[in-house]
Amino acid sequence: MKEKFTICIFTENQVGLLHRLTTIFTRRHINIESLTTSEAELDGVHRFTISVECEEEQVEKLSKQLSKQVGTLEADYYREEETVWQEIALFKVSTNAFFNGTQLEEIIRSHRTRILEIEPNYVVLEQTGYKEDTQTLFEKLKPFGILEFVRSGRVSISKTNVPFKKEKETILKKEKH
Amino acid sequence: MLETQEKTLSTESTTRMNGAKAIMECLVHEGVELIYGYPGGAIMPVYDALYDYQDQVQHVLTRHEQGATHAAQGYARVTNKTGVVFATSGPGATNLVTGLADALIDSTPMVCITGQVFAKLLGTDAFQETDVISITMAVTKWNYQITKASEIPDVMAKAFYIANSGRPGPVIIDITKNAQLELLDFAYKKTTAIRSYNPIQKADENELTKAAELLNNAKKPYILFGQGVTLSGAETELKQLVEKSGIPAAWTILGLSAMETDHPLNVGMLGMHGNYAPNVLTNECDVLFAVGMRFDDRVTGKVDGYAPQAKVIHLDIDPSEINKIIEADVALVGDAKETLQRLLPLIEQNVHPEWLQQFKDLDQMEWDKVIEKEIQPKEGLITMGEVIHLINEETEGDHIIVTDVGQHQMVACRYAKFAKHRSNVTSGGLGTMGFALPAGLGAQMGAPDRCVIAVIGDGGFQMTIQELATIAQTKTPLKILILNNQFLGMVRQWQELFFDKRYSSVELENPDFQMISEGMGVPAILTKERASLKADIQKWLNHEGPCLLEVRVGKENNVFPMVPAGATVAEIRLD
Ligand SMILES: Cc1ncc(C[n+]2csc(CCOP(=O)(O)OP(=O)(O)O)c2C)c(N)n1
Repeated sequence: MKEKFTICIFTENQVGLLHRLTTIFTRRHINIESLTTSEAELDGVHRFTISVECEEEQVEKLSKQLSKQVGTLEADYYREEETVWQEIALFKVSTNAFFNGTQLEEIIRSHRTRILEIEPNYVVLEQTGYKEDTQTLFEKLKPFGILEFVRSGRVSISKTNVPFKKEKETILKKEKH
Repeated sequence: MLETQEKTLSTESTTRMNGAKAIMECLVHEGVELIYGYPGGAIMPVYDALYDYQDQVQHVLTRHEQGATHAAQGYARVTNKTGVVFATSGPGATNLVTGLADALIDSTPMVCITGQVFAKLLGTDAFQETDVISITMAVTKWNYQITKASEIPDVMAKAFYIANSGRPGPVIIDITKNAQLELLDFAYKKTTAIRSYNPIQKADENELTKAAELLNNAKKPYILFGQGVTLSGAETELKQLVEKSGIPAAWTILGLSAMETDHPLNVGMLGMHGNYAPNVLTNECDVLFAVGMRFDDRVTGKVDGYAPQAKVIHLDIDPSEINKIIEADVALVGDAKETLQRLLPLIEQNVHPEWLQQFKDLDQMEWDKVIEKEIQPKEGLITMGEVIHLINEETEGDHIIVTDVGQHQMVACRYAKFAKHRSNVTSGGLGTMGFALPAGLGAQMGAPDRCVIAVIGDGGFQMTIQELATIAQTKTPLKILILNNQFLGMVRQWQELFFDKRYSSVELENPDFQMISEGMGVPAILTKERASLKADIQKWLNHEGPCLLEVRVGKENNVFPMVPAGATVAEIRLD
């Protein structure tokens, strides 16, 4: 049975490593639903959050193969209920849209949407939440005309595990290679 | 311990030199004695530096970069050392891809060094620029592009460490031309650890106890072993285990020669064209102990029907192999030698005469239906099996057999006898036609005192035939055997059996191999008749230098037994 999984990978910050990791998904013909990467809490260590939809058996094998790549410090996978996650979406709407009644304002209030920037021509809104949340807002804003829309991949934190704990300790002790 | 090692290995002071010379220095520090390669624009500074190192490092100019990779593989497989390859950028680098893929899937340690355009030209479609790093990402254990000379010592040390530790594999280092020309302060320190690379784990004590319990209590225990035994040098431990426990052991194609063929507990070869008993009885054993093998689909046949009755113990150095294909009841993640050493004291002395008898009974069936007429035919055209059989008689199994891919490979692996370890070099995982001639060159150079025989089909021979010139130029006394059936035999066999004998593009109108070989400087013998076969083999094997023997064999012979595609190992056919 297919399920959603979040894969969390800690790696060295090296050119080409993203490519090396994604080839492992490509080989197994697994589609990456979303991918977020940025520097982790340790210098020179990157954290990838990758969401996929596949069988558990596949994600388990995938994680092992990700772990074994030179440059990977750790790779784990989690079920939906094992993580807390968020996504962020940005919307650019025309400033004019705010002048036709209070409807737009009400949507923004009820969703607790943040206003990031107001310019004469456009307003940029920010919504954080699950995909369903940002999608609902998207549907509601659509009639007012969305000039641009972007949604990030997931960032997630595990409930069950302290990932990377052992490695972190040893890395802090050891000299960097 | 490691620290002192590191200290003694590092050069104390630094020396100013250019990147190209630094590369040569790194190779010398790593104990490299032999390089296969092919020069070109982007790697010319390195070739210039090489000029001053000729008395320390031999460079062999192959006739194609693919040949260089296979030669390096052949060398690595018989010596356990890392094979080294040089190539230029662009086409030189792309020609390495097949060899890299082959080395990755067969876990062969190799370091390839490719030249690259100047760093400032990267990404501009410069002359002979190709994105080697991206191209080789999926076929290397690790790869790295050096763009500054100062990176050279560290990266090279890492490359050699990664290639030949844990589960070995190929590494490619791409070096831009400016990095070869720039000056650096050179000091070398061998890499002994990388924080994001964990090559060897230690098998869990509890799992070890469980494994021993299963093996000690089994009625029909069975050991399957692969190249992991050879790679970790665990041949002695394997033999001790087998002899102490009395458990029959079968080898995969890459496990060949990790135990002597004639050992009474060696029950033969697994796999699609392996022996009958080892395949059939896979589905009868109660405990199956896999040592340094990865359950390739050519070994398992239909996975659902593979040893469903057995408890499986899987020992492998690569954790991602555990449960990849076959679910393990007991997982031993670790080095084969170290793990078997720990397991041995837990194993009880035992014998399994009835279980062994089952193997013998099935062996008899295979002998009657297949082997006898294959290796001792009384009539008809020469068979591949009889050629291998006669070679065994001449060498008494003291040879290194290098095989290409196809029917001759299966026949050679089935019938060649092995008296010594590290004596089998074949392209197992990738099945690369064209492998054996250059790999034979490398194997012979790596084991100069041994009789190295490359067994090749008439099809595969023509894929890397140009390396005859390299063999002649280096005077490498390789013995080349062409088993000529004038067909792409293995494909023809499948077309005969599974495609209604519709022979589609498998017939070869071959050139005169004898003339070609002699034209390229390798003496050749052609054998068409059984009457002269034995004498020709003797003449060929006794020839001082390189020599080629072409034997015309039956055109439409098939290799049996055979596990048909989609069938279980127990459904192996004898005809
Ligand atoms: C590079 C490459 N191309 C194609 C194949 C597919 N293939 C496997 S065996 C075989 C036939 C080999 O013919 P030959 O070398 O004459 O050996 P034979 O089977 O006749 O002994 C082919 C084409 C392959 N393994 N490798």
